[in-house]
This record gives sequence, C-alpha cells and structure tokens, in this order.
Amino acid sequence: MNAPMVLSPEALAKIDKAAAKYPPGQRQSAVMAALAIAQDEKGWLSTETMDFVARYLNMPPIAVFEVASFYGMYDLKPVGTHKLTICTNLPCALQGATGAAEHLKKKLGVRFGETTADGRFTLKEGECMGACGDAPVLLHNNKRMLCAMTPDKLDAFIEGLK
Amino acid sequence: MGLPVPPFAADVFGPDAVIMKGLTGLNWRLKGYEERGGYQALKKIFAEKIPPEQVVNEVKKSALRGRGGAGFPTGLKWSFMPRQYQGQKYLVCNSDEGEPGTFKDRDILRYNPHIVIEGMIIAGYATGSSAGYNYIHGEIWDICEQFEEALDEARAAGYLGKNILGAGFGFELYAHHGWGAYICGEETALLESIEGKKGQPRFKPPFPASYGLYGKPTTVNNTETFAAVPWIVLNGGEAYVGLGRPNNGGTKIFSVSGDVERPGNYEVRLGAPFPKLLEMAGGMRGGRTLKACIPGGSSMPVLPGDLMMVTDLDYDSIAKAGSMLGSGAVIIMDETRCMVRSLLRLSYFYYEESCGQCTPCREGTGWLYRMVHRIEHGRGKPEDLDLLGSISDNIQGRTICALGDAAALPVKSFVQHFRDEFRYHIEHKKCLVADYL
Repeated sequence: MNAPMVLSPEALAKIDKAAAKYPPGQRQSAVMAALAIAQDEKGWLSTETMDFVARYLNMPPIAVFEVASFYGMYDLKPVGTHKLTICTNLPCALQGATGAAEHLKKKLGVRFGETTADGRFTLKEGECMGACGDAPVLLHNNKRMLCAMTPDKLDAFIEGLK
Repeated sequence: MGLPVPPFAADVFGPDAVIMKGLTGLNWRLKGYEERGGYQALKKIFAEKIPPEQVVNEVKKSALRGRGGAGFPTGLKWSFMPRQYQGQKYLVCNSDEGEPGTFKDRDILRYNPHIVIEGMIIAGYATGSSAGYNYIHGEIWDICEQFEEALDEARAAGYLGKNILGAGFGFELYAHHGWGAYICGEETALLESIEGKKGQPRFKPPFPASYGLYGKPTTVNNTETFAAVPWIVLNGGEAYVGLGRPNNGGTKIFSVSGDVERPGNYEVRLGAPFPKLLEMAGGMRGGRTLKACIPGGSSMPVLPGDLMMVTDLDYDSIAKAGSMLGSGAVIIMDETRCMVRSLLRLSYFYYEESCGQCTPCREGTGWLYRMVHRIEHGRGKPEDLDLLGSISDNIQGRTICALGDAAALPVKSFVQHFRDEFRYHIEHKKCLVADYL
C-alpha cells in the first residue's frame, strides 16, 4: 500500500513521541495529540487528514472523526490565519468580556463563527478557559492565551498581527 | 485588571497559604521547589520506611476532601484501590479545569508544578500505582508545556522512574493535553478521553478504583488535592485538620472572580469567614453592594449576598447555607447585575457542553436555555417559572454524570432566590436593573 504521506516527518515524529507515553497496544490514546499536531501543520482537519491519522494510529476512521468532532478546539473547516477565541462565560462577562467581544466583532466586521473576507481572522466564542481572573481572555490559534484584553489591548494586538 | 504578574509581593496568595506559600512566580523549577522544602515528604517516607497503608491512614485523618468539586474524602478514595491486585494500577490527576469561575489549578501548575508531582508520587506509593497521567485543560497550552519541563527535571533528579531515589518504588508520570471539552472534567469522561475516545462519562458502578483507565484500578484526584499531600505527610493528618475545621481539613484555594477589585486566587484556612475572602480580593468593585454569590463554581446553587456575608468558607457551612463549596470558585455579582441574564449565560454553557449521551441532559439543557432566553428577551409567560423548576427536576438525578445536576441547580437556585426579578421580566418585558453584563 502506497498511501500518500499527508503529514511531514517532523509531525510524525511528534506523534510517535506522544504515543510513547501510553502502554503498548494503546496507540489510540495519542489520537488527541495527533489531531492537534495535524491541525497545527495543516491549519484545519480535512477528512483526508483525519483518515491519515486513523491509518497511522491503526484506528477506524469513524473513531478519529468522533474525537475530532467532539472536542471544541479542533477545526473541521478551514479557519483564518489567526483564530481568535474569546471567552464570554459569566465570570468573564462580569469583568468586561461582553464589551471586548462586541469590540472584536465590530473591528473585524464578523460575527462569532465567521472569517474575515481576506481570510486572515476567524472569531469564535469560547467557553471557560480556566483563567477567569485574567478576563477578558483571548486564545490565539489555540495555544497562546492573552489576558486582561481590554479594547485598547485588543486593538494593539490586532494591529501587531497585521 | 488581570492576575498579579511575577515577581509577586510576599503573601500574594494570602498569609495562611500552604500550597502557594513562598511563590514568587519565578521559582517554579525543581531548584526553587527544593529550596522551599520540596520532595522532603517523599524522602521522609523512604527514610522512615512508612508503609503505604500508613500514608493512606494519615490522609484519612487529615480530613482532606477532594478539591475538584465533589469534596469526597481523599483518604477513603485511596483506600478503595484493591491492595491485593497484582496487575497495573493507575493514578490520574484531573487538571481539566473548566468549571466557570475556577482558575486555581492553572496557578498551581504554573507556579508550583513540582508540588503536584510530589503529591502524585506519594499517592502512587500509597495506592500501589506505578504509572500516572496529568490531564491538563486544552486551553492552557504553555502551562502544559511547562509541566512537561517540570517532569523532565523530576526524571533527571531521580524522583520519577523505575527505582525512585533507590528506594525500590517505581512511578512514571506523563502529561495528557485536553482539547476543549468541559465534560472531560468528569472523571470517567476524562478516562475515556485518555483512552483516545470522545469524552462521554461511564455509568458507575463500577467505579474507577475497580475499573478505571484501560480497565485497570485507577484513582483520580484533582490537582489541588495532590498538592495538599506533601504537607500532610510532613506534618501529620491531625495538624492538617488543625489548619481548618473537623471534617474540613486544611487550606483551600478560592478563585474569586466577578465584581471585585482584585480577582484572583486566595488560599485561606477552611472555615474562614466569607467577608475575609472578599476583603482579600479588594472588596466589591467601585464600592458596590454584594447582590449574589456562587460560592463553588457555576454548577453550584447561587446564594443571595446577605446570606453569603454570614457564611463560613468550608464544605459543611456552605452546604448548610444551601449551596456547595465545589471547586472553590467564588463568582461575585453586584447590585447592577441582572440575574436572568446571568443565568442565561450559564444555561447556554451547559447546553453547549452537554455530551449528548443522556436524553434528560441533552434535551433538557437546550430546553432550559431556550426558556431563559425567551424570559430575558421579553417573551416569557407566567407559567414559565414553574416549568423551569419542573424541567430541572426532571434532569437532576436522572443522568449518568453530574452535568445534568450542574445544569439544573443554577436554574432552581436563581429562580428560588430571585423569583421577583424573573417575574418582573415576564410581566414588564424588561429588566429590573439598569446595567447588564
């Protein structure tokens, strides 16, 4: 079988490293890490990418899809270069997150779940990130948390990305 | 705005801190932890050859209760692990902190990761588990990376591995990174998630102590629970009870958020009066009045401000007041906040995060959300308030896991304590208070 290598050797090495944390015969435990690594490399998770992960971890494709579609931070559709997720849950809302979210929508000209026409920004509404004391909290491309994001700081951050 | 930035002033987490004592924000590495007396509890166990049963008994004596939300006695939980079982047993740390209002485990992990590692090694020894995983919340990527670094340090120093400090006990520990699912904070959903599946809770029994990770006996504890263990081993269970109250041993980190001057984590002795915590958080923002408080994370019943002001911060006192200590997430709301709007946001959360496995929760959370939504938007009917209660009753206690209860309890308590405000919305099609969220 000469299935095409969908992911780079570097990505595969990272997946192998993650899989080594689990007992022999439990390679499936690495699926969350593998999908995150794949998403990092590809920007989002296409069916082709998910099926590749399934083959690589020796899982049924549907089992991989179940995981990818269950956890909120996997993107099953293309997103902008910068995915911005802002938490609007109650503790954050009490500390200015509602205003910060409105500010972002206006500035980017999109609603939650939409991507700007130039493909640079996707705005998402997040649920509790476990950082309520730092509200408003913004997550940039899943991995970088920005704290106390007042409208001024949001402006400066967005300008810095341009 | 925002939490304090390192280096911290002394006592930034409170003068009575045990877990967060002596932290500057920069001394999280192994060297700093050892300078604060770290890994001495583990060394004491090995030097004095304290048997595992005695460690479990000491933790039982300490009245340490689970810090993740349920408040179950930790020593008792450890004693459920089958001692005669010859095969692999597992230990799992629940750092999947996503209960709205809770942000303590994040600070423990980023400022004092080794205390969690030491607590887990000791728990592994006490329960006869030779492998462990720390399940870390998806949104805190850099803190997960930092924890991996701390694990590398511990391995290099001989605190983790097949023969720890040459004492003949082996324990391996790994980080498992979540990817955004509130339900994985439920312990059996978390185990499913480590196994590489979607995080849907398992029916209990069997409990994890008999059928846990990969079907093996497993103990799951919260991050803060493990972090409390080294002190107990060094100072004894009775001394730990002495820090708090009978049946409510030790200190607790409270995450204070909402309408206060200084939101943050404050570690106080269990039984401390609530006004003391409020004062540590700088008091009400802008000198406003406390209208309502959710004392234990968004899943717990809300309490009116005047009742909260005379309540002590321990499991039993908060239960007596009609709520629960939960995860220790104290959400503060002042008199400008609309209770309907506040409940609406929480109801959306449970609707969004229901895993969909049990019908009462999957359908009921959506129903609750849509009803609170129509009340908030001036389309409520007089009979809606009783209907909200009825739907909540039909979710609570009828689902595999506690998410159903977590969705029902806020609804029931908000309507119970602020019924007039809900009625005003329905009758006048508008809000009683001027400001919103």
